[in-house]
Amino acid sequence: MSTAGVSSVPTARSGAVAPDLAGLQRGGSRRWHEEGIKGVMFLCALLSVIVTVGIVVVLATEAIGFFRHVSIIEFLTDRRWFPLLEPRHFGVLPLLGGTFMIVVGSALLGIPVGIASGIYLSEYASARMRSVIKPVLEILAGIPTVVYGYFALTFVTPLLKSVFPSTNIFNAASASVVVGIMVLPMVASLCDDALRAVPDSLRQGAYALGATPFEVSTRVVVPAALSGIVASFVLALSRAVGETMAVTIAAGATPRLTVNPLESIQTMTAYIVQVSLGDTPAGSIEYQTIFAVGALLFCVTLAANLLANRILRRFREVYE
Amino acid sequence: MSDLLRAPANLRQRHRVAWAFKTACMALTWFCLVLLAVLLVHATREGLPWLDAQFLSNFPSRFPERAGIKSALYGTLWLISFTALFSIPIGVAAAIYLEEYAKKTRLNTLIEISIANLAGVPSIVYGMLGLAVFVRWMALGRSVVAGAMTMSLLILPVIIIASREAVRAVPSSIRLASYALGATKWQTVRHHVLPSASSGIITGTILALSRAIGETAPLIMIGALTYVAFVPNGPMDQFTALPIQIFNWVSRPQEEFHELAAAGIIVLLVVLLVMNGIAVFIRQRSQRFRS
Repeated sequence: MSTAGVSSVPTARSGAVAPDLAGLQRGGSRRWHEEGIKGVMFLCALLSVIVTVGIVVVLATEAIGFFRHVSIIEFLTDRRWFPLLEPRHFGVLPLLGGTFMIVVGSALLGIPVGIASGIYLSEYASARMRSVIKPVLEILAGIPTVVYGYFALTFVTPLLKSVFPSTNIFNAASASVVVGIMVLPMVASLCDDALRAVPDSLRQGAYALGATPFEVSTRVVVPAALSGIVASFVLALSRAVGETMAVTIAAGATPRLTVNPLESIQTMTAYIVQVSLGDTPAGSIEYQTIFAVGALLFCVTLAANLLANRILRRFREVYE
Repeated sequence: MSDLLRAPANLRQRHRVAWAFKTACMALTWFCLVLLAVLLVHATREGLPWLDAQFLSNFPSRFPERAGIKSALYGTLWLISFTALFSIPIGVAAAIYLEEYAKKTRLNTLIEISIANLAGVPSIVYGMLGLAVFVRWMALGRSVVAGAMTMSLLILPVIIIASREAVRAVPSSIRLASYALGATKWQTVRHHVLPSASSGIITGTILALSRAIGETAPLIMIGALTYVAFVPNGPMDQFTALPIQIFNWVSRPQEEFHELAAAGIIVLLVVLLVMNGIAVFIRQRSQRFRS
């Protein structure tokens, strides 16, 4: 390099070669540089695995500590949940029942409205309608859950009370309604995606046979997209199981097995919040209960998510 | 198909059913819009009278007329800044690794499965992880950093999934052109793939961060629900956040505090609306450039 610069007028040729030589000389360090960056990015990606393992380890270790005091049989079969006061009972069934009630209630609202909106969006709505409804659904999906809790407590509950005077101020019904509103956009947009993936030739074939739009939707398009639709239901249920703030605010803190939606109940998530609002020392049995309940919650949602994936893979109809 | 052939011969009846079905679907869809409107009108009507300069500049108080959300507003700002600081570099790097570098090994498949599963884990479980690992094990206490780390883990799958989509959308001709000029893999990614994918990445990241702003449960788990009448001065300080303050007010029995909660909700929704507006703006601008 330096000799070329000093000795003579640089020709066009030497000017072109010089940077290449420099590049080759630095080749070794550049490779290390490349590999180093790749390694760092790999570690960032690996963090997801570490987090997954971390969740399992944290939930498992604390839950095992809990199950040293309470047998797993009692935990799953006792019908009473009084973990904080003597005499203590650690039967998770009332919390599971509360969660189940919210899930069923929210499904009753979220699934029919969600699938109807999905069908409307994909089969009937004009492009302009879509451009109005899609953002509305996105906004509904983006509203924080604590806002829905406020809405349940200050709007839905008084409304219920005016119809059913026996309604408790904290009740499962109002929480179910807002959780239903929460899962509705998810069901709608997933159904919309699934329905739009059905090729038009199927619709046209059915129309050619003289079917009405209703028959085309319900007997051709919906069956063809059924795997995606069912998967969206399962994901919605999983979301309702894990929903926390709305049920904490609106459904109450009374763990009991009941079928009356106008009574106060407690869900698994609401119990976890209730305990963590107090100042429970680490290592105490109260502290461990939330991890046992959390582990159960994690298992239920994980199972639901895996099931949804399974449905999507196994029963997908593939069209060219 | 045999069903269709056996359908009632009464054509008028079938068309009536078809019309009823369409109307029902349309009505239920519009029901969503009505719900949104009712929710917004209700919160606005309850909260607007309380929303003034004093509300924004006062600290929380036992007396509703003196209560404000200054500490919550600043706490949210601190929390989100640190969450962005942690989650964006890690999330984007993970997305680039998975899209540009990863070969189909067993470990990489495991990473993909983990991300898909983490996206479905309830937020409160992240709070329990944060409580056990950041607050207790790493002894960070109930600090801004502990909260931001918990939130980062929560939104990381969202950022990774959105960024991967953006990186995948970059046409391979751009990469090939860069390689043809002698660029290395990292140079190609750094100077060509990332800039092309940036608007998609930014949009996805803003949406993920706006989810973090509204999340309450993980923060309650790590113990952020305390009376905080000061603005955090550093990352190790205690803090409160907007949704926490709203939850605090909603869970009191007095009517006035519910109205304060509504005022807080208006502030929170305005913040979210602004962030979403920015995201939509960036998305539309980039679409215009492309076409």
